[in-house]
Amino acid sequence: MSGQAVIIGAGQAGAQGAQSLRAAGYEGRIILLGEEPAAPYQRPPLSKAYLQGTLSADRLALKPEAFYAQNGVDLRLGVKAAAIDRKNARVAIEGGEAIAYDRLLLATGAPPRRLHCPGTELTGVHYLRTIADCEGLRPVLAGARRLVIVGAGYIGLEVAASARKAGREVTVLEAQARVLQRVAGPEISAFFESLHRAHGVDLRLGAALSHFEGRGRIERAALMSGETIDCDAALIGVGAMPAIELAKDAGLAIDNGVTTDEHAATSDPAIYAAGDCASHPSKLYGRRMRLESVPNAIEQAKVAAANMAGGSLVYDAVPWFWSDQYDVKLQTAGVAEGADETVVRGDPAAARFTVWSLKEGRVLAVDAVNDPGGFLAAKKIIAAKTPLDAKTLADPATDLKSLAS
Amino acid sequence: MPKITYIEHNGAEHVVEAQTGVSVMEAAVKNMVPGIDADCGGACACATCHVYVDPAWLEKTGKAEPMEESMLDFAYQPKENSRLSCQITVRAELDGLIVRLPEFQG
Repeated sequence: MSGQAVIIGAGQAGAQGAQSLRAAGYEGRIILLGEEPAAPYQRPPLSKAYLQGTLSADRLALKPEAFYAQNGVDLRLGVKAAAIDRKNARVAIEGGEAIAYDRLLLATGAPPRRLHCPGTELTGVHYLRTIADCEGLRPVLAGARRLVIVGAGYIGLEVAASARKAGREVTVLEAQARVLQRVAGPEISAFFESLHRAHGVDLRLGAALSHFEGRGRIERAALMSGETIDCDAALIGVGAMPAIELAKDAGLAIDNGVTTDEHAATSDPAIYAAGDCASHPSKLYGRRMRLESVPNAIEQAKVAAANMAGGSLVYDAVPWFWSDQYDVKLQTAGVAEGADETVVRGDPAAARFTVWSLKEGRVLAVDAVNDPGGFLAAKKIIAAKTPLDAKTLADPATDLKSLAS
Repeated sequence: MPKITYIEHNGAEHVVEAQTGVSVMEAAVKNMVPGIDADCGGACACATCHVYVDPAWLEKTGKAEPMEESMLDFAYQPKENSRLSCQITVRAELDGLIVRLPEFQG
């Protein structure tokens, strides 16, 4: 089989897609288009080791340079796809020629959700998604008096931890009543609230930002309550929005992301989607979901690529996530939404515990703090849909390893 | 630069020159050694960079920390000499290190 596969987006899913297309025996040309100037790289360290300066740029790369040539992947960087012409099976490039495809993979990701209040244009107001964003934020860690972080999700809290490590004063504003509200249960929120306060973060819950003030540069953050906080830098971490414009303009089905079937195909059989931009039907959870995580990007791209090369794999992996803050590792398996019961195993006071979210005797999700073994057991239990009741789980004598095998 | 030999489950050998200071996982990825997925990029979060350290090298690579140990329990076919390669840092004294790869990761 020859032909030409085009991948829009050179992040984790795009790079994996290129690799997996070749691994699946695709013999045509592969063109990988990236908007950023950098070859595909890992984003997770941008809020942690790379931001802190303990990981060099060459170690961020997902693949060695030789990978692209050796696998016949035509990597084109600094290139923006302007439109998808489905009728003629071409991708129009901004300021350039159109590229023909017989298979197309959308791996466009999910850039940060922007705030639209006064002052976001001031110097010193940051977002974090790309290497360039991270490099803009690094001087803040080196010398800001006070950093105000808007949003206590993964990004906000990881940057808070990095900034405290660097000795900066940090205020975190969270409009909700607890941190990590969207991704974790109350027990986990309480643990991370204490953790950050113990490390000297000024954490404000139920504190909504009104706007930023300053003359050219940010000087303070104003809250809805009327209070102001003097600062010389701000980071906005209020979630991400799937990059769906190309797909939408091309008339592809959209449902909180580019709609795919279980094979990662969009409503056009020649076009696939994977990673943060795609919403897929989860058999495991019986509903459609869009996930923002590295493992999802990798696994979904593998499925998409195999199917683009003529296979018929189904994507139904257990979603999982991780976050490192200070010396604490949080790993989450599954999605807790809809749970009617939770069980805590281990001891939050000892900073090693798991929180199990159950529904009708089945495990939906597990948050593991400093317990990667518990996390891996949970992942297997969720995948196997092993029936488990709260009483068994709550018993410290219950051996997770045997349940998971 | 220290030489590391990775032996795939099918017996294929890959000898790579590894930069000191990086992990044994990173040296494999950088040299396109198949069979080490390292989905999490070295955060000790996923257990997909599992290797078996050649018994002659166990003393020099050292033992797994408790967190790594607890992950290895859930790796595919763990053995006494199992390690996560993201947790072994390449040093001069590891020149000649031999690791074998399991049939599957994760």
